[in-house]
This record gives sequence, C-alpha cells and structure tokens, in this order.
Amino acid sequence: MSPEEVKKIAHLARLAILSEEELAAYTRNLSDIMHLIEQLKAVDTTGVEPMPHPLDATQRLRPDEITESDQHQLLQSVAPFATVESLYLVPQVIEE
Amino acid sequence: MHTQSLTELSSALKNKEFSSKELTQHYLARIEKYDAVLNSFITVTPEQALAQAERADQLLAKGGAQPLTGIPIAQKDIFCTKGVRSSAGSRMLDNFVSPYDATAVAKAEQAGMVMLGKTNMDDMAMGSSNENSYYGCVKNPWDLARVPGGSSGGSAAAVAAGLTPIATGTDTGGSIRQPSAFCGITGLKPTYGRVSRYGMIAFASSLDQGGPMGRSAEDVALLMKVMAGFDVMDSTSTDIPVPDYSATLNDSLAGLKIGLPKEYFSEGLDPAIAACIEAAAKEYEKLGATLHEISLPNSHLSVPAYYVIAPAECSSNLSRYDGIRFGHRCENPKDLLDLYTRSRAEGFGKEVKRRIMIGTYMLSSGYFDAYYLKAQKIRRLIADDYRKALAEVDVILGPTAPSTAFKLGEKASDPVSMYLSDIYTIAVNLAGLPAMSVPAGFVEQLPVGMQLTGNYFAEAKLLNAAHQYQQVTDWHKRVPEQFRE
Repeated sequence: MSPEEVKKIAHLARLAILSEEELAAYTRNLSDIMHLIEQLKAVDTTGVEPMPHPLDATQRLRPDEITESDQHQLLQSVAPFATVESLYLVPQVIEE
Repeated sequence: MHTQSLTELSSALKNKEFSSKELTQHYLARIEKYDAVLNSFITVTPEQALAQAERADQLLAKGGAQPLTGIPIAQKDIFCTKGVRSSAGSRMLDNFVSPYDATAVAKAEQAGMVMLGKTNMDDMAMGSSNENSYYGCVKNPWDLARVPGGSSGGSAAAVAAGLTPIATGTDTGGSIRQPSAFCGITGLKPTYGRVSRYGMIAFASSLDQGGPMGRSAEDVALLMKVMAGFDVMDSTSTDIPVPDYSATLNDSLAGLKIGLPKEYFSEGLDPAIAACIEAAAKEYEKLGATLHEISLPNSHLSVPAYYVIAPAECSSNLSRYDGIRFGHRCENPKDLLDLYTRSRAEGFGKEVKRRIMIGTYMLSSGYFDAYYLKAQKIRRLIADDYRKALAEVDVILGPTAPSTAFKLGEKASDPVSMYLSDIYTIAVNLAGLPAMSVPAGFVEQLPVGMQLTGNYFAEAKLLNAAHQYQQVTDWHKRVPEQFRE
C-alpha cells in the first residue's frame, strides 16, 4: 500500500492523519495486514454463497406502530457541545 | 469470601452468615487494595453498589431472593450502564455517561446483583492483550509483567485476582476465551443471538456476543441463565427458550463424542500446551467420553477472513462517532470536515484506526467483491467445516490459545503477530457457535486454557462437559499467590 492510498482511505474514513510518522506507521501496518489477507484470493469459492449472518437469519420485522416515547432531552444530555432547541451546534457548513 | 463459589455465597447470604453489604464491602476493599497494581477497573461504583446491596439485603430478609440476589458483579466497560461512564476503553467515550442500561446489565440488576464497577478493556474491544486501552494496560495476576489477554482483560484479571466473584465480557474473535485462558478462569462465548447486544457498544455486528466470565462452569452457568434470552430491542436476538443451565451440569458424560481437530495439533502448537490438552482429553475418556479425530480443513483461512469481515463491520459501526451527538469532540474545529477527522483521530487509539482504515478499504468500490464478498464466502466454508464435524461429534476440544500469556510490550508493535494469538478462537465467531475456555493446567506457572466448542445453542452441553472436568481437576481453584489474602 502506498502513502497516497493510505491518505485516500483516511479521508473516506474521516480520520485525520496527525503526523508524517503516523502516515509511515499506517502505511507499514496496513501493508502487513493486506499481506495477511492476500491468501484469501487464491481460494476457490465458485458456487459458494456469502454468509453475512452466522445463522443465515433474516431481519426480523415488527408492525409499523409507535412503541417508543420522546426521550430526546435525556438522549441529548450527552452531547459533547451545545444544543439549541434540540439541534446540535456545528461549525458552519453552508456558505452565506 | 473471595474464593467461594456463587452458590456458596448465595447460601451464606440466605443463612445470614454475612450480608450483601458486607460482601460488597469486602470486594470494594480488595479492589482498593489490589487494583492500583492490576488496573482491571476503569470505574468503580461504591455508592451505587452499596445501595444495590442494601436493596438486596431487604429482599433476602423478606424471602424474595433469587439465586444471585446480593452477589457482586463487574461489568465490562463495553456495556452501557445508566448514569455511569461507559467508555469501551476508549478516549472517544471517556466523557460518555450512558443514558440507558444495556439489556445484559438490566437483567443482572433485575436478578438482584450488585455492580462493583466497569472493567478495563482494549479500545473499542479491538485487541488481544488489553494493551490498547486509553486507561492503561491491565496486568496478569499470575505474572504482573505479562498481559491478561484481551479484549476482556480487565474482567479476566479481576475474576482471577478475586476482586469480583464474576464478571461479564464480550467476544468477537476470542475476547472472552483468550483472556480467560491467560488468566486461568472459565469463560463462555454464547451462540450468536443467545445474549442481547442491546446497549453493548458495537464492534462487528455479525460476530459480537456478550457472555459470563467466572471462577467455574458452575458459576458461569448461573450468570448465563440471567444474561441469555430473547430481546425485542436486539433484532439479531434469537427467540428460543433459555434452558436451566445449572440443572444439567451433573449429567453423565458417558457416550459424549469429543472431536480433536487434526489441524490444531500441528507443529505450530507449543508442545507443552499440546500436552495439557492431551491430558484433558484423557480425563474426558475416564469420564466416559470417546475421542475422535476430526478435520477443519479451512481453519487456516479464519484469521485472514476475520481481518476482512471484522474491520469492515467495525468501519461501519464506528462511523457513528462523529463528535456531534456524543463522545469526544476536538477543540476549535475550523469546519465540519475538521470536526469529524480530528475528533475521530484524537478519540480512537491506533489499533482502532488501523481497523477502520482496513475496513473502509475492503468496502470501497472496486475492492468489495475481491475482499469483503470473498471473505463472506470463505466464512461459509469455515462454518460448513464445523457443521460437518458436529454431525459426527458432540463437542470439539482444542487449545484456546497458541501460547500462555506473553509479556507486556512483546507483540504491541506487530499487529499481525498479535492477530495470530486468536488463531483457535476466531473461527468460532465466524461460524456463530458457542465455545468456552476452561482452565486445563499450567506451563511454567502460567495458566493454560482448553477450548470446548459446541453446536448452535448447545451451551448446556458445554457447561456440563466443563463442570464434570472441574469435578476431577482443580486448575480452576488455584489463586495467584499475591492475591490470596
């Protein structure tokens, strides 16, 4: 893996890379992990179904009825920054 | 008190030999005395514990007590606990006081248990040594220069040192079983879907399971009965009845078919550990079981397949940490992108970031088929191996870990070497099967664990097999010298 690829992935994952050393360490580590994983490519999996759920279960559904109560005050009490009228404050996103 | 079984403690409480308050104070005192050395707790909750103990004492006096009323428990810090910091061992959640209880926690409370505190763990459950915690590493009570294992290292160390009679852990690739093996205790990873994941901070949603960690199969069975069960709040929770795990502990093992995978006993395995497992197999024969060689031909693919699937799922689960609604937020973000990227870079430890990046790469366009889809197909091959084997045998026996506890710092700079310490445990999570680690001896004074793997929802059989072994061996009764008093 190249440092350029690492930077691209970090951007997709919304992770800042805080220093050149960190970039070098990630490049090394990620290349080692990719090397571990390469052996999967050689395996013949023709006709095998993927297994996203260990019991091959499907998503359980329930009737579309309201069962929860409004707890937004409690749930917003853990906001790391300010809330105003139940909205979370963030740096400006939309230009003037 | 700290070497007694849960049944003995419960009996003593009912017979008024001591109160739950006294029992709780005993453990709180031990935590104060010893935890500076072990660092097994992130948060201790003395006031809450004593309040719960008082309520338990009232129930015990009135005669409304259950089997675990008044018994203390330590909860892995991955479980949300209302009004108490729930950090998942991460700086990202250092400021997070949970507004609700995980189902597993609520069930323990309803059973009358007393929460001593939240145990230390690898950051976001990612690690096999508890060296990745924001709150510092945990020491192995058997040798303070060594790791307790991970990610449930705090729970394992606390149980092993007698700082709590029982604890909860979670297991995605071995995080209950491997620290149980390294610390000489008994740990159970239930079948996927057996224990609710509601309120259990998510790592890899198709692999995560919470479970009990204790001093014996008998104790673990009692907590398992409390933890297990369908939960409408967890859409992956299975709706089947919970058996009385304690009722079948003493079933005879005559005719039990035990499979030994030939792939596990190759040159890679430390001969001293192989010897412990072979000795355990002989004990099982004396108990009436028969031994059979089986094959799990795709087992060498488990670690690479896991390190595609788990990081992919984690990259998705951890995208919720955005510095906006909860958790760590960086100072003075200059714009939204800076808020996201810096909050996340500061909040997550190195291993967590590595896995998020690998996962993001696996799921990105152009690579999804080659890696993620491929790994999910290999996952089916691995699960099919187990299905075939468990059609021939009842239980699979092998080592839990390829070594005993390694030294602190030994593998910290080599992620892949760390990943390989989960070589025997990982396949079980991919298949979704239940498995236990049971103390099976010592090598150079360090505990060795054997792994028992069963068929889907066969926890009762595993606990029975472990309990019968513990009737004829005493590995599980040993306490590290330093923590006996």
